[in-house]
Amino acid sequence: MSITTPLTTRLVTATAFLALGLAACDSGNDAVTNPASTDAPQTAVSDAVMDTPADDITLTIVSWGGAYTKAQIEGFHKPFIAKTGITIQSDDYDGNIAPIKAQVESGNVVWDAVDVETAEAVRLCDEGLTEPVDHSALPPAPDGTPALKDFLPGTLFECAVPISVWSSVMAFDASKYPENPPATLNDFFDLEAYPGKRGLRKIPKFNLELALMADGVAIADVYEVLSTPAGLDRAFAKLDTIKNDVIWWETGAQPPQLLADGEVVMTSAFNGRIFNAQIAESQPFEIIWDRQIWDLDLWVMPKGGKNKDAVLDFVSFATSTEGLAGQASWIAYGPSRKSALALVDAHAEFPEVDMASHMPTTPERLANGLQNDYEFWADYNDELEQRFNAWLAQ
Amino acid sequence: MSTAEAVRSDAPPQALKRQLQRANRLARWKALGLVAPLLVFLLITFIVPIVSMLTRSVYAPVFADVMPQVSEVVQAWDGRGLPDETVFAALAADMVAARADRTMGQAATRMNYEMPGTRSLFMRSARQAAQLEAPYSDSLPALDARWGSRDTWAAIQRVSQPLTTTFYLSAVDRTLDADGAIVLNAEEQRLYVQLFWRTLWVSALVMVLCLALGFPIAYLMAHMPPARANLLMILVLLPFWTSLLVRTTAWIALLQTQGVLNDLFVWFGLVSEDGRIQLIYNQIGTIVAMTHILLPFTVLPLYAVMRGIPPSLTRAALSLGASPATAFVRVYLPLTAPGLGAGAVLVFILAVGYYITPALVGGRTGQLISNLIAFHMQESLNWGLAAALGALLLAGVLALYWLYDRLVGIDKMRLG
Repeated sequence: MSITTPLTTRLVTATAFLALGLAACDSGNDAVTNPASTDAPQTAVSDAVMDTPADDITLTIVSWGGAYTKAQIEGFHKPFIAKTGITIQSDDYDGNIAPIKAQVESGNVVWDAVDVETAEAVRLCDEGLTEPVDHSALPPAPDGTPALKDFLPGTLFECAVPISVWSSVMAFDASKYPENPPATLNDFFDLEAYPGKRGLRKIPKFNLELALMADGVAIADVYEVLSTPAGLDRAFAKLDTIKNDVIWWETGAQPPQLLADGEVVMTSAFNGRIFNAQIAESQPFEIIWDRQIWDLDLWVMPKGGKNKDAVLDFVSFATSTEGLAGQASWIAYGPSRKSALALVDAHAEFPEVDMASHMPTTPERLANGLQNDYEFWADYNDELEQRFNAWLAQ
Repeated sequence: MSTAEAVRSDAPPQALKRQLQRANRLARWKALGLVAPLLVFLLITFIVPIVSMLTRSVYAPVFADVMPQVSEVVQAWDGRGLPDETVFAALAADMVAARADRTMGQAATRMNYEMPGTRSLFMRSARQAAQLEAPYSDSLPALDARWGSRDTWAAIQRVSQPLTTTFYLSAVDRTLDADGAIVLNAEEQRLYVQLFWRTLWVSALVMVLCLALGFPIAYLMAHMPPARANLLMILVLLPFWTSLLVRTTAWIALLQTQGVLNDLFVWFGLVSEDGRIQLIYNQIGTIVAMTHILLPFTVLPLYAVMRGIPPSLTRAALSLGASPATAFVRVYLPLTAPGLGAGAVLVFILAVGYYITPALVGGRTGQLISNLIAFHMQESLNWGLAAALGALLLAGVLALYWLYDRLVGIDKMRLG
């Protein structure tokens, strides 16, 4: 056929464009929206019925990746697989909870359990996206203390089970400061005494509290001040003093990388990632524990999941004394159970490392630290994120 | 019946015309038939999901679904003063019911998009709603002063209607006040208009750079003997086929302050050790990385078009007395216009939607609107706003596409 009309040409050209555009765009997006899953064997996710034998069940457990997921795999995935024969597929995510909403709304829930921060756990529960949990049914401590008393006070939420206490700290490369290394939060904001770039997480959470504490607000008053318009202005004004020297990171693996590259001289980071860089990668990093901001990681189970019983078994095991102590021997996040805290000992791979001394839950560090106020953030997160993004763009 | 037979027959002209029309129609149907599977695929996997997401930018029935009683009675309120007792009572009843169903959070979130800070108002009031007593027009404001404010109730009235303009207004940094007038947001809340302009500017710059860099490469390849041209083609295609993330992280290694480029500058003495240039985590990083990644999209169409330009034309121009520059500008360049057009449109439209590269290397000043759309989809879960931003972006791109069609013509474009 040599007859081509303008219509046909346009149709074919438009279709070719669409297809090309799809190919080009999707090739980029794929890598981010389909995170790589790690060690656990890949089996097809079966439509598990309640009485499916354990061998046919595959649980999809979602966590933050990197050193943290590795600690969880060694600490409780492997023992759980050995004990029950249920397969675990471990997926990574970066805190983006939209898939939970999408899965629950569409009725096709693929993620069985997700490791989230407190504010997200509360928010997801408020919006009815996660299953409620009966905490009295969780396993007791080895000495018989019921679960309700064994977990740290204030950590049990309606739809979530706590895992560990992690904290946002400042970190620096000690080899760059042989004498007079930075020691307090104020040194982070002091561009004259310690010139160079800083690293901060690209969300308002924790940055605003740090700014206020650096500006002289007492730890106990931080959230009260932050609830006022004047307090917010003060926090942003303090951040303005270092704005042009900040590199903004988004994933937990970036701060150690930025420090190692020399791109920043000081950065905020998750304490466990810095610990991993110090111990497993022998990097000369040091942590400034002054004014740490600590928070919880919790398991939530999206509503309408296909393997309710199996995933409840998993969560009960993972947050039992044994499971929490297992994770605590790989990464320096404080376990949420008192009985597990008592079992914290040496690192599983590097026995000369005493884990307890690296955790945020030592008495001095807790006294000098701020607990994240999840209620404040559950209420004001949207508004403050809008303002933070606008501030970033200017 | 083929066209040839029709010509040989003694059929009168009318019949001939009909036969020709039928043959034409058949040809069009066959072409459509070839394209149909792809069209159906695109319809199901591309158009339907996108349209359903875009409808979220105007259609948000969640508040009316979760709080049906108050949504119905508040419509009757005239907007002056405060609503009467029936509306307050309906609100209290709805809050008790929604808290029991655990759907209160959805309504509170929707309300928060309309009027920031009201999420906590709803959640806290819902927790204590069961203990409230009539008259609710007294007990609710006693619980929290905002229940006695006209602004709150005006917002509730707006939110209880399923069709809304809130998201589109937010997408251009505006809101509705209590009287229904459109006002510009406070300066520290303004964000999106600036980002739209920045996106257009960066995309245009990347387009120009890609054309400027791609043209010489394509020219070189088109004027080489085929064997060497094929080798160069492989050098263009191999990076094209390499993963996007690998290429972007390679740029991080090259451009960072302790990276290869800065080390070279220091070694040559162009900058001092302390004065290393910040080439990444800013707009420069975004532009450089995007240009590199989008370059093959100009090289390939230009190469295809240039291959088809007979060298005799340039030689004829030279023989007629034109200088090499004139021959190039007045003869060669216009002939490459289809390839230039294809490359420009492809690169621009792709650049406008790019979000991974700006996310990885853009830092603060290199963020584009697509990063905000991704943020609202993934982290703030404000899909209405993400849909509105996406719809505006789509409308902008379609407008530019239409403009290009009017000025240059889509059928004059050749991909190869």
